[in-house]
Amino acid sequence: MQETISFFSGFTINDLWFLGEAALRTLWISAVSISLGTVLGIFFGWLLYEGKLLGAMALAPVLDIFRSIPLIIQLVLFYNFAPIIGLDFGPFGSGVVVLTIYTASLVANVARGGIEAVGKPMRRAARSLGLSYWQDMRHVVLPIGGRAVFPSWVGVALGVMKDSALVSVLGYVELLKASQILITRTQEPFLILAIAGAFYFALSFPISRYAAQLEKRWAQ
Amino acid sequence: MFDYNFHWRPVMKSLPDLLEAGLLTLQVATLSMVIGIIIGLGLALIRLNWSGPAYWFATAWVELARNTPALFQLFFFGFGLGAFGLHLSPFTIVLAGLSFNCAGYLAENFRGGFQSIPNTQLRAARSLGMSSWQAYTRIIIPQVFRVVYHPLTNQLVWAVLMSSLGMLVGFRELSGETQFFASRTFRIFEYFAVTAIIYYVIVKVILAASRLLALRLFRY
Repeated sequence: MQETISFFSGFTINDLWFLGEAALRTLWISAVSISLGTVLGIFFGWLLYEGKLLGAMALAPVLDIFRSIPLIIQLVLFYNFAPIIGLDFGPFGSGVVVLTIYTASLVANVARGGIEAVGKPMRRAARSLGLSYWQDMRHVVLPIGGRAVFPSWVGVALGVMKDSALVSVLGYVELLKASQILITRTQEPFLILAIAGAFYFALSFPISRYAAQLEKRWAQ
Repeated sequence: MFDYNFHWRPVMKSLPDLLEAGLLTLQVATLSMVIGIIIGLGLALIRLNWSGPAYWFATAWVELARNTPALFQLFFFGFGLGAFGLHLSPFTIVLAGLSFNCAGYLAENFRGGFQSIPNTQLRAARSLGMSSWQAYTRIIIPQVFRVVYHPLTNQLVWAVLMSSLGMLVGFRELSGETQFFASRTFRIFEYFAVTAIIYYVIVKVILAASRLLALRLFRY
């Protein structure tokens, strides 16, 4: 009689934990780079609005470059460029640096739009009431302009969260990389990709829905 | 610290191959845009006019395309369908993934475009004796086209940038070709730097061409 060797390597509950942990890592790298990129981007946006020569002549083309080159090329370039100048960031660090600059280049235009959204008369009124430039920025421009562009900021943030999947090319084990590792072992690509997709969907869909609702409510 | 030797010669030697691969990138991006426009238009019309299963199918398509990473979608067409014994070629994977993604994003653009045209125009056209087809092709679509023209251009740029993901599924468009050369010569930084420049030029050419075309199309 011939003995059949069954080699069981299916999808187990542990693998679900592995994917969940990887989803947390996706969230972590996105949260770090989105928050750093937003701060940097608001500063750049202010420069674009305020510094006429520096903003328009120098900063805008540089930011444009980061939006015109595929993120994956930027990641590979930076990952190979850092050791050349004697720095070693590792996959996570490189991913954060590239995603932060990418986010900043997108947020800069959003932030500039936010400042422009506040009417000149209102700014003048604030200044003539005795508010200093920074008080005007903090108490007038931030609440009003920020409200106008908040939905587009959410769009940028969600886009970066999804684009963080590309960090997997550097070897950082986030959600998509983890699903690839599991596919190699279990040979069940459909199931595992469906779970990974469900994770991404669960992260992105509620936020985008909420932002769309806010936009509708604030537009009234 | 800066004792890195840039080897431009191998890159310059394979530059014709890279440029040819750049053409392939443009082709696959354009083709997926054409497919995406056709499907996206269909999805938008279904979501506006129909209800029931067709509506839910179109909505599911749009939400899935918009709320999961493009790379995930490529992997799904590449590896996920393998579970059903459906093995696509790298070109088909990239084309299917990009078309799926573009259709989802364009459907929302078209929906916004259709909603910006008052319903009374369709009724006026119909009461003048036009058929539904005539009313759409002569009255509605030309106006919608004006609204979605710039989003369409942006989406084409995105398609070019997204096609760089082809390198991860073994498709030898610009990025894939670059990786092929880079991994043979180990001059990763040089190759990807040149590729980044090529991408930048492609994007700028597309934007300039679309601006010229807009001047020609929207003269009145």
